[in-house]
Amino acid sequence: MRRNQVSRFIGRNIELFTFSLPAVIYIFVMAYVPMFGAVIAFKNYEYDKGILGSDWVGFQNFEFLFKSENAFRITRNTILYNVSYMLMTTIFALLVAILLHEISKKWLKLYQTAMILPFFLSWVVVSYITMAFLDHQNGFLNGWLTALGFEKVQWYFDAHVWPYILNVVHLWKSIGFSALVYFAGILGIDAELYEAARIDGARRWQMIWNVTIPQLTPLIIILLILSIGNMFRGDFGLHYFIPNNNGMTYSTTDIIDTYIYRALSTLGDVSMASAVGLYQSFVGFVLVVAANFTVRKINEENSLF
Amino acid sequence: MPAQKGFRWSTLFIHLFFVCLTLSMLIPLALIIIVSLTDEQSILHHGFRVIPDKLSTTAYHYFLKTPDTLLRAYGVTILVSVIGTTLSLILTSTMGYTLSRRDYGLNRVTSFYVFFTMLFNGGLVPFYILMTRGLQVKDTLWAMIIPGLLSPFYVLIMKGFMSKIPYEIIESAKVEGAREWRIYAQLILPLSKPALATLGLFIMFNFWNEWFNALLFIDNQKLVPLQLLLVRTMNSLDFITSRPEFSAAMVSFDMSKFPSTSAKFAIAIMSAGPMLLVFPFFQRFFVKGLTVGAIKG
Repeated sequence: MRRNQVSRFIGRNIELFTFSLPAVIYIFVMAYVPMFGAVIAFKNYEYDKGILGSDWVGFQNFEFLFKSENAFRITRNTILYNVSYMLMTTIFALLVAILLHEISKKWLKLYQTAMILPFFLSWVVVSYITMAFLDHQNGFLNGWLTALGFEKVQWYFDAHVWPYILNVVHLWKSIGFSALVYFAGILGIDAELYEAARIDGARRWQMIWNVTIPQLTPLIIILLILSIGNMFRGDFGLHYFIPNNNGMTYSTTDIIDTYIYRALSTLGDVSMASAVGLYQSFVGFVLVVAANFTVRKINEENSLF
Repeated sequence: MPAQKGFRWSTLFIHLFFVCLTLSMLIPLALIIIVSLTDEQSILHHGFRVIPDKLSTTAYHYFLKTPDTLLRAYGVTILVSVIGTTLSLILTSTMGYTLSRRDYGLNRVTSFYVFFTMLFNGGLVPFYILMTRGLQVKDTLWAMIIPGLLSPFYVLIMKGFMSKIPYEIIESAKVEGAREWRIYAQLILPLSKPALATLGLFIMFNFWNEWFNALLFIDNQKLVPLQLLLVRTMNSLDFITSRPEFSAAMVSFDMSKFPSTSAKFAIAIMSAGPMLLVFPFFQRFFVKGLTVGAIKG
């Protein structure tokens, strides 16, 4: 009897299972195998011994990391940058999306196209643009500064200015797409709600405040949870190419991702790099689960899973 | 809400805001085009200028004389994008379809299996070792294709779209004795064209702008894609100018007058330009794509 049930279950699902098989295998190899590979963080990895053959060293790699100043610096930078990117993008994108909704169709398309352009550029290309502005010898900014009678600034060597530069560049590239996401959300709002508000005599800004924003809240919260979960995952391209990987500004530009990349590519310290990576993945995981849990407590409907 | 008739100050301010925003997006792009067209001597004396003393297309001439490196990079990027997008759409749509079937016995298990990878991953180092030692794809085109083949996020969107296809269609096909693969190929895929088109566009765009895997895995000069070409020329133009084909074609040019600064920007324009002209036309699909699959499926 039981056996019969099992074979019926297989018979009913085998076809769909074969459908998912290529993706299941792909995910196993590309996502689950590396998760087990994370044990390197607890080993002293030697290339010829392989992952399994290398000696266990317990938490030694982590100890080494947390005793150095680097751990604090890269953690602080990663979190601070992500918090400010999150706040700036959310606020500005919401503002832009709401204003876009207030204007007529023909202008809308023009503005939208212009705003989304930077989104289509890779960080590599954007780094050429920032170089045109910041180059010490020829850059536009220094040209304008001297024209106004100020001293030239060595932008690529001055750690203090980078938090501002990176925030501006990030906003420049991401605003168009984020605004589009919120704008699509606004388009999805039931038109009757606006109609009802108008009949009640609501003014423009009252509609924004009482209809648009409450209706967008679930979307805003989902996107915020996602970015809180990614709080520990920095934007490698932005932080690697825009400051031109310059050692003088690591104190304000270096994030976990660029640190891991350098530990791997220039220092060749595989075990340490993977210890940082595991630290990043683990804290990131805890953060997203915690964020989702909190949202679920407050309002179950808005939670992600 | 439709704009009301009549002049309003608020509307004027909104337009003013957007005009400023639009200019701040376009001016930086315009400026690097100007730099790439500025005469090298004039850069030497005055730096970059919004209105340069002297314009010159020399930088472009040098590269158009020996387009090999650039064309090859275009070839690599196009090949990677086409193969990658095709394979990726197959993986994403089959997985999305199985997850969209509520009657599938392993639905919940598979969902968890897929979406858990969004929350936790092994990190860069195990990935690097897997690619170089496990799959041994270092210095092959596959190194740029494999990592981008499946994103749980796109599976989520695909599933969201396919869930909206009425189940009765599938059921009636089953009653008539159609096998699953026929239902998928002849019913589901044609009905999912909008989702396939928008996701295909997103995926293609990701492959086109891919530089991370190339940076990690590509040393072979012949396999350098556009983005990696740009990374390398950022730091020095030697990557292109030291090639034998280049110096051979330069006999007629005076190499001491090689416009090294404007040439950098010329390369950036030539590799980013075509996409920049094409992609804005697709932006309406991006809006559609964002609305096809509600994030919560």
